[in-house]
Amino acid sequence: MFKYLENQLPKLVMAPTAIAMFVCMYGFIAWTVGLSFTKSRMMPQWDFVGLVQYEKLFANPRWMVALDNLWIFTFLFIVISLFLGLMLAIFLDRNVRAEGALRTIYLYPMAISFVVTGTAWKWILNPGLGIEKLVRDLGFSDFEFRWLVDQDMAIYTIVIAAVWQSSGFVMAMFLAGLRGIDDSLIKAAQIDGASTMRTYWHIILPMMKPVFFGAIVVLSHIAIKSFDLVQALTGGGPGYASDLPANFMYTFAFSRAQMGVGAASAVIMLCGVLAILVPYLYSELRSDKQ
Amino acid sequence: MKFKLSVLAAATAMALSPVSQANEVEVLHWWTSGGEAASVQFLKEKLNSEGVSWSDFAVAGGGGESAMTVLKSRAISGNPPTAAQIKGPSIQEWGELGFLADINDVATDAGWDNLLPGVVSDVMKYDGKYVAAPVNVHRVNWLWANPAVFSKAGATIPTTWDDFMVQAQKLKDAGYVALAHGGQAWQDATVFEAVVLGVGGADYYQKAFVEGDMAALNSATTVEVFETFGKLRQYIDANSPGRDWNVATSMVINGEAGMQIMGDWAKGEFKVAGKNAGTDFVCVAAPGTSGSFTFNVDSFAFFSQSDAGKADAQKAMADAILSVEFQEVFNLNKGSIPARLGMDRAAFDSCAHDSMDAFVASSQTGGLVPSFAHGMAVSEAVSGAIYDTATNYFNSSDSAEQGAKQLIAAIAAAQ
Repeated sequence: MFKYLENQLPKLVMAPTAIAMFVCMYGFIAWTVGLSFTKSRMMPQWDFVGLVQYEKLFANPRWMVALDNLWIFTFLFIVISLFLGLMLAIFLDRNVRAEGALRTIYLYPMAISFVVTGTAWKWILNPGLGIEKLVRDLGFSDFEFRWLVDQDMAIYTIVIAAVWQSSGFVMAMFLAGLRGIDDSLIKAAQIDGASTMRTYWHIILPMMKPVFFGAIVVLSHIAIKSFDLVQALTGGGPGYASDLPANFMYTFAFSRAQMGVGAASAVIMLCGVLAILVPYLYSELRSDKQ
Repeated sequence: MKFKLSVLAAATAMALSPVSQANEVEVLHWWTSGGEAASVQFLKEKLNSEGVSWSDFAVAGGGGESAMTVLKSRAISGNPPTAAQIKGPSIQEWGELGFLADINDVATDAGWDNLLPGVVSDVMKYDGKYVAAPVNVHRVNWLWANPAVFSKAGATIPTTWDDFMVQAQKLKDAGYVALAHGGQAWQDATVFEAVVLGVGGADYYQKAFVEGDMAALNSATTVEVFETFGKLRQYIDANSPGRDWNVATSMVINGEAGMQIMGDWAKGEFKVAGKNAGTDFVCVAAPGTSGSFTFNVDSFAFFSQSDAGKADAQKAMADAILSVEFQEVFNLNKGSIPARLGMDRAAFDSCAHDSMDAFVASSQTGGLVPSFAHGMAVSEAVSGAIYDTATNYFNSSDSAEQGAKQLIAAIAAAQ
């Protein structure tokens, strides 16, 4: 009897978390998928109408702008964050002085919420307050930098702020990876006469593959979930030029009384996350077995 | 003795609490700033003096989006507040869902049908019975101007949209921001609404933007509206995106900008800055809309209560809202005019007098139309579609034809 309990104890302890997960995550995901097939407007209504809400969604120019923005944002955000993070990590790994202090400085933006980042960058990028005014006051009176108020460029300001926030975190991941590499490998390469560039390019970077993979997964789901940064930095504007799908979903589900369209957009976002996570999980699980 | 006293106190408290519970109104609103909060305080004290206690359920956030989210979740879980700040066609939506309480007997006793103008009382009724009480009437189609800026630039205050472009150019040439504007979707829609009314007239406005009539929307007038609206792009400053409306108003107050198109709540900002109507600032109808009035009525809708005591408290609240004292105090604070007709006007300023006159006059000529930019005219889905196209067009360099085409498609999709 005691032995039986002891065996079951881990399961018992985990049960409340598992139940909470099932109800609050998978239950509500199922609920949202269900809602997306109904004609719900202000309140959930269970009259099924098939794919009408999805048709409405993809006929909506605002949604198409949000989707385009998502691709632009995700791609640039991941590539630039990876590049900057990797560079910072490599420089820090070269035994620079005061590494601890520098590391903290680069990592610090991660400690701030996206709302603070967004608000600060909103002021920095505002033509009448920030960079443009500063440079003009320095004497360059023709200087123009008004991406924040330009419909075609606003999405890039979000990339700037997000990269500023996250590249320190990527740096920390790479730094941990670099520290895990056996020194003797690098020494062997040096003895063989490989240049520093060559050592990094052919030996160290290939060994960092898991870190790249991990960083991409973390960054891409940050990108798909991005909501607060847009809300604080541009409010989706000018017009709706810098909307991301999460902002679209919130607007339609909660302030436009079009819950069905909102639910449909949430389902499309979920599909986006799954498209990234499933291959990752698959490769992880497979390598565990080997 | 000490022990006994505390027992007695506890017993009294227990005996009293159900009573005080029953005579309580719980009110959801988002009037949490300055003058608005003071007005709510007045209503609260008035009800307290009648033995009804007030439980505040304020959810901050100007547009009330977060408040609506809270309200929906409370209503679904079967625990709605006594009253909530709901307006326009949303009252009908809540009525259809079966949540609202019938307060028709209060209305009949107090003669609301005679006190309220027809357009307002229609909005307050669901299925022919009163379910909500109006607090105020805002006029949205106002042009606020700084006369000092105009005289320095040698310009005159415009009364038509053609004249507006001429005068705005003069202001711009003199180095002023001609039109103070905040680039937020609802502000873009507010200006768009004034253009629709000024260029198209009240009949077109009513057909196209209230009834959603496709023939009216497909007419050449829609393109004309977008042409005028598009011309305004050059008279706002580059920093406008994201600016709050009151910041834009302060540009007019400080003499940085000449004009602003905004509802009468802007008056509060001038008042707080110590400015006087007529001398320091001027209020006129938005260009081409002097005979018209776009109204935005705030109201409290009442939710069905199972408890008889709460239902009584609810009726006391409905009665208090339409009382002369509350209507006067509230509207003096908020810059709007009373929803109740035939009140003493002495306490109100000249802008409010103009508004009252225009309200009565336009109700006879058919110029009295609901504001679509402020959720009075169409469902949230349709007004959202109008918001999206107006703000997108205003921030792009699209042609008027493209704007009109997008608007028609968006309205058709949302209906």
